[in-house]
Amino acid sequence: MANGVFSSSRAQISEKTLRTDKWWLQPLITFSVLVSFIIYATFRAFENGNYFVEPLISPFYSPCLSTECVQGASLLGTPFGIIHIFGMTLSPALIILIFPLGFRMTCYYYRKAYYRAFWFSPPACAVAEPKEKYTGETRFPLLFQNAHRWFFYAGLVFNVLLTVDAILAFRNPEKQWGHLSVGTLVLLANATFLWLYSLSCHTCRHTVGGRLRNFSKHPLRYKAWTLVSVLNHKHQNFAWISLFGVAFADFYVRQVATGAFTNFYFF
Amino acid sequence: MARKLKLRIWRGDSTSGGLKDVTVDVNEGEVVLDVIHRVQAEQMGDLAVRWNCKAGKCGSCSMEINGKPRLACMTQCASFDEDETITITPLRAFPVIKDLVTDVSFNYKKAMEIPAFEPPVGMKPGEPRMEQIDVERSQEFRKCIECFLCQNTCHVIRDHEENKKSFAGPRFFIRIAELDMHPLDILRNRKKTAQEEHGLGLCNITKCCTEVCPEHIRITDNAIIPMKERVVDQKYDPVRWLGSKIRKREGIL
Repeated sequence: MANGVFSSSRAQISEKTLRTDKWWLQPLITFSVLVSFIIYATFRAFENGNYFVEPLISPFYSPCLSTECVQGASLLGTPFGIIHIFGMTLSPALIILIFPLGFRMTCYYYRKAYYRAFWFSPPACAVAEPKEKYTGETRFPLLFQNAHRWFFYAGLVFNVLLTVDAILAFRNPEKQWGHLSVGTLVLLANATFLWLYSLSCHTCRHTVGGRLRNFSKHPLRYKAWTLVSVLNHKHQNFAWISLFGVAFADFYVRQVATGAFTNFYFF
Repeated sequence: MARKLKLRIWRGDSTSGGLKDVTVDVNEGEVVLDVIHRVQAEQMGDLAVRWNCKAGKCGSCSMEINGKPRLACMTQCASFDEDETITITPLRAFPVIKDLVTDVSFNYKKAMEIPAFEPPVGMKPGEPRMEQIDVERSQEFRKCIECFLCQNTCHVIRDHEENKKSFAGPRFFIRIAELDMHPLDILRNRKKTAQEEHGLGLCNITKCCTEVCPEHIRITDNAIIPMKERVVDQKYDPVRWLGSKIRKREGIL
């Protein structure tokens, strides 16, 4: 039976959409970029190598918590032993990636992006979606989107750790402080973008003050809410910039670790 | 100076209909509603179209122009290429009555399902006082002109007729948010009913409502997502749930 825009009571129009603009371009770009990132991140997470070269560590492998980690890469010790699954050694990245991945998967902006680009739900505004049934975020697994705040809190811990990594990069390979290299700037930019992404998050906005009814009774929280609201306007931009930032930081560290790049020191 | 504009206007009713081609004069500065009126005056005397203020403030002339939900009185003819044919159809989420007029009574039924503002017991008219910073959030939502473009573009009901029973839609989520954020409203179950009765969980925040809003209300960012977060406070956050039980109140007010 016809449903949606083809329901019998609605204006009888055979096209799914009458939009004449390139409505398909945005979801196509989103799809291409996210698939590219997923392929690269999967490759790197399973590569289990080329993620540390003194004093740089890839954000995909930080914190490195397994005894599998190369020497010097474990800032917080190695509480996990070497884990084998189906005869394969589990990469240290796979132990931690669930947290940043979960944060992005449940992010309100990325939800919009992938619901449109991957599930066509809908592909664009006023473009009919192909699926007959729709239950939104009311059932498992999409009910799990409500866990966003827990990933947000975990993400803050990761931001702190990656900021520490960036600070540690102000050393030279001999661990002497007071040096600045291209790698330092790359890790510093990565940490900054991640902080901007987290602080502009809708959950952050809610936590700092959005849940209040009475702003006038909580002037400090109102101020914080106002500041986060300014960042929140740019959340989409920070989401993409930080995604590129983390991929580039990993790529740079990998190239330095393999010897393809030389980490240039300014001083 | 007048030029010719090619239009395809949907004509019909709930039983049948189709797009009819028409060419009409258009003058500099005119909007789509102007040329629809000219078509009505000169070529299609029985063309049905709903309109009122011609100033983007009454929300009556909502329709779909080249497939996009828009106000006809706020769509400049000059925004289209000279050789472009403009397709005009009624809103596609609601039952059609005739030509460009649809039955939007769904929205009025949903409006009645939302409990009104409930002031503290004993508070007399004229007594309430609020600070500007407490009013500002809900003032954004009061800009709504009820054009129902957001309702029309929301795929939850546009593409799934069966969801109309259980989904209030973005226009009414901003109403619920406005009341839930109101410092003097004492009704405490608005979050619960938003989720369980008005279908907040069906929204997958694809932001089409925000994109089409002629008043530029940030429906998703300022109403729907904050309401989703407030629901999480109550239903999916064990720490906050426990805190509310111990402190015997809904949360920080």
